[in-house]
Amino acid sequence: MGYERLTRYIIRRLLWMIPVVLGVTFIVMLLLELTPGDPARQLLGHFATEEQIEQAREEMGLNRPLITRYFDYLYGVTKGDLGVSYFTKGNVWDDIMVRFPYTLLIVTISMFIAICTGIPIGVYAATHQYTWKDNASIVASLFCVSMPNFWFALILVNIFAIKLGWVPSLGVETWKGWILPSVALSIGYSATLARQTRSSMLEQIRQDYVTTARAKGQTERVVIYKHALKNALIPIITIVGSVFGASLGGAVIAETIFAIPGLGSYTLSALTSRDYPVVQGSVLYFAVMYSVILLLVDIVYSMVDPRIRSQFVGTKKRSKKEKKQRSEVLSQ
Amino acid sequence: MKSKKRSRLGETWHRLKKNKAAVIGLVVVIIVLLVAIFAPLLAPYPYDQQDLSNVYAKPSREHLLGTDKFGRDNLSRLIWGSRNSLIMGLGCVALGTLFGITVGSIAGYFGGRVDIVIMRIMDVFSCVPMLLMCVVIAAILGPSIQNAILAIAISTTPSCARLIRANILTVRDKEFVEAAKAIDAKSPHIILRHILPNAIAPTIVATTMNIGNSIISGATLSFIGLGAQPPLAEWGAMLSEGRNYMRQHMELVLYPGICIMITVLAFNLLGDGLRDALDPRLKN
Amino acid sequence: MESNVLLEVKDLKVEYHTDETVVHAVNGVSLTLREGETLGLVGETGAGKTTIARTILGILPKPQGHVTQGEIIFEGRNLLELSEKEMRKIRGDKIAMIFQDPMTALNPIERVGDQITEAIRLHNKISHAEAVLRSMDMLEMVGIPKERYPEFPHQFSGGMKQRVVIAMALACNPKLLLADEPTTALDVTIQAQVLALMRDLTKRLGTSVILITHDLGVVASTCQSVAVAYAGEIVEYGTVYHIFNNPLHPYTKGLFDSLPDLDVSKKRLKPIRGMMPDPTNLPEGCTFCERCDYAMEICARKKPAVYEPEQGHTVRCFLAERRVTDGAFAGSAASEKVL
Repeated sequence: MGYERLTRYIIRRLLWMIPVVLGVTFIVMLLLELTPGDPARQLLGHFATEEQIEQAREEMGLNRPLITRYFDYLYGVTKGDLGVSYFTKGNVWDDIMVRFPYTLLIVTISMFIAICTGIPIGVYAATHQYTWKDNASIVASLFCVSMPNFWFALILVNIFAIKLGWVPSLGVETWKGWILPSVALSIGYSATLARQTRSSMLEQIRQDYVTTARAKGQTERVVIYKHALKNALIPIITIVGSVFGASLGGAVIAETIFAIPGLGSYTLSALTSRDYPVVQGSVLYFAVMYSVILLLVDIVYSMVDPRIRSQFVGTKKRSKKEKKQRSEVLSQ
Repeated sequence: MKSKKRSRLGETWHRLKKNKAAVIGLVVVIIVLLVAIFAPLLAPYPYDQQDLSNVYAKPSREHLLGTDKFGRDNLSRLIWGSRNSLIMGLGCVALGTLFGITVGSIAGYFGGRVDIVIMRIMDVFSCVPMLLMCVVIAAILGPSIQNAILAIAISTTPSCARLIRANILTVRDKEFVEAAKAIDAKSPHIILRHILPNAIAPTIVATTMNIGNSIISGATLSFIGLGAQPPLAEWGAMLSEGRNYMRQHMELVLYPGICIMITVLAFNLLGDGLRDALDPRLKN
Repeated sequence: MESNVLLEVKDLKVEYHTDETVVHAVNGVSLTLREGETLGLVGETGAGKTTIARTILGILPKPQGHVTQGEIIFEGRNLLELSEKEMRKIRGDKIAMIFQDPMTALNPIERVGDQITEAIRLHNKISHAEAVLRSMDMLEMVGIPKERYPEFPHQFSGGMKQRVVIAMALACNPKLLLADEPTTALDVTIQAQVLALMRDLTKRLGTSVILITHDLGVVASTCQSVAVAYAGEIVEYGTVYHIFNNPLHPYTKGLFDSLPDLDVSKKRLKPIRGMMPDPTNLPEGCTFCERCDYAMEICARKKPAVYEPEQGHTVRCFLAERRVTDGAFAGSAASEKVL
């Protein structure tokens, strides 16, 4: 039907993830290879003898050339097998599956907070340009963007956990434990969204079609919220996507500060202990997740903007829904 | 060409001066830079001088901001810390911009296969969230300031390269480049003398904003133990140390954090001001 | 046959306040428009023509725009005294405006037909279906097949977009249409079509039009009366015959002289020397004095008042006051060519 081009685009993007997988795994493997620190030695500890270390290296397959290990790993990936942790001896994939939901949850909650605070503030600032409210919000967002979010986290912990005792300072056993990490993570992204929304709104408000809408006699409220805002939000969709990706990275820090058993803290501890398979698996997983999010964002964007939609959804061959719409309109 | 540049520079400066926030930013940036450069002269004590008989001292005349858990003077550590934090911020940006300009220029100027291959490699790098990439590289290379700088520089290269490449692409096909080619000028010459100067303006803005982000990234890496190592004084590392004793001695967390925030805010204000001054059409 | 006066602008003054300066955009403009009449408002960029139109409709940019003096009497009411709510009822319904650039005048993410329907439903209490039908009629009226109702602006060419804009403006059958350089952004061949369409529709519907343009050819083919604007003032005003046969103001004469003449071979074009005065710093006497080849000593000192040499033809010029009595200023070759 009319969705052929869209499907082809999606498939092309998904296929594009393959080189990404290849590239990311290779780079990580290469980096791990090039650096000092022997996993076998680390695993066995100070008092291991050279023979024991050598034996462990054989078992872990560390003596084989890089290329062999690389292709072995890729083969495993296609089967869904990401190897076994050097330390816990557990299946990396299983570990990731247990841990990722925590990361996903904290990232989602903070994105939600960022969207619900950032975008309205941006709209408010844009509609009150030239007043102190606009200037105040610009300054406030600059403040928030300039603040390291781990510092903000510590301050929040000091006030709300230590002094007031409303929420725990560590861990997520109860639902209260999720509040501080999400808020801390969201502050920078909320400010970024506010700034971008403001600038996008200001650009739309200047446009001729907004003046045309006013000239038609439309109320200011409808002009701003129905005409300008809808147009302004379209480029914001892309920004939400990249902010989502950035927050995946920020989650690493948040999880470490608040002792959340997510994929981020897992990766960090694996890095320090040179647990190669875990590092490879997590980085790969993050990269794939990020690419998927970007793909979803792009799809939403092309569906929402009719100028782009018409490139993907055929104009000659109309979809069932469009045909129905047309016949309704024309039969009157 | 020269006189045109002078008036353009002069005009930019004039516009910048009018923006009060940007001027404040510039002043603060200069102050912080001076503090960092003259740290040995300004700091009353060396940053690693311990005095275990005088830990967690309250502010007094000998120690204007008190001491930390090893009896080291807080004020001195903050002053020395400005040096390390700025080194990280500026170093990352300098290195990252250098990588980015090189990669982006090659891709943008030569186009074709070279362009495609290079940009695909950049795409692979940018598929991993930036902070994660920093952490991975820094952790793998080993914890130190230099490695942290390298790690952050590498992870900011893709976006920098993309920016440069885009600017170059818009400039490359303009007539004056064709004219240069017509008189048989060589490629590097063309890139350096014709293309880069025109692509510079947006780069300056992006770079200034990046300094702020790099300082935060550097502090973040130090905070989790991957950047500046003890006993070096660096604001992020100081935050990490202060964290353990937050309950009783919150000021050890507040001081370095405020320093980071003021510095980054100043750079951001300056960057915003530069952007408005360089192209007033962009201002709303 | 004297038709009724629809719009009267009396001594209007409008300023824009920016951070640094005050821009005097309109400085004492008076106009009269009858029912069914098309008035051409001619002048260079910056003469204040768009400001006049926006002030009539009440859509000056806030907070910079300020009306400091004057009245705009429309259908017996002073528009400048009406509340925002009352003005909204008039906008789109009694007075409509179309803008210069059709590429950006339509909301890119809304269907073209729906944009017309919105205009209709704002001022008529009818059902959505009924409004859609009327929109489709409007589309047909401007020469667009009604099947194209659900399409988006980017699917139309520039000329067709402008037709949609015209359909939207005329959808509620307004008494007055303000057209701000509606054809400037279009190709020359499309210009003629769109102008013909406007002429045709406004005649059919009995709409009065203020047509803002810098093109004297457009004025000649479409307008019954002409107002020449310069530096925020109307320096000459009259019927199209008055202005083309007997231009009195040196600026008007200069406009005609600067038109290239196909029949006579000339080496150089004859522009009007100099530039319009800085609207933040207007001169004391006549605003055209510096560029005027016939400037006299009094011109720099005093502002010429409005002088009416023939019935319905007014001009602000000391020279004209003198010359008309001498009779030595009639017509120029260029203005005859245009007609």
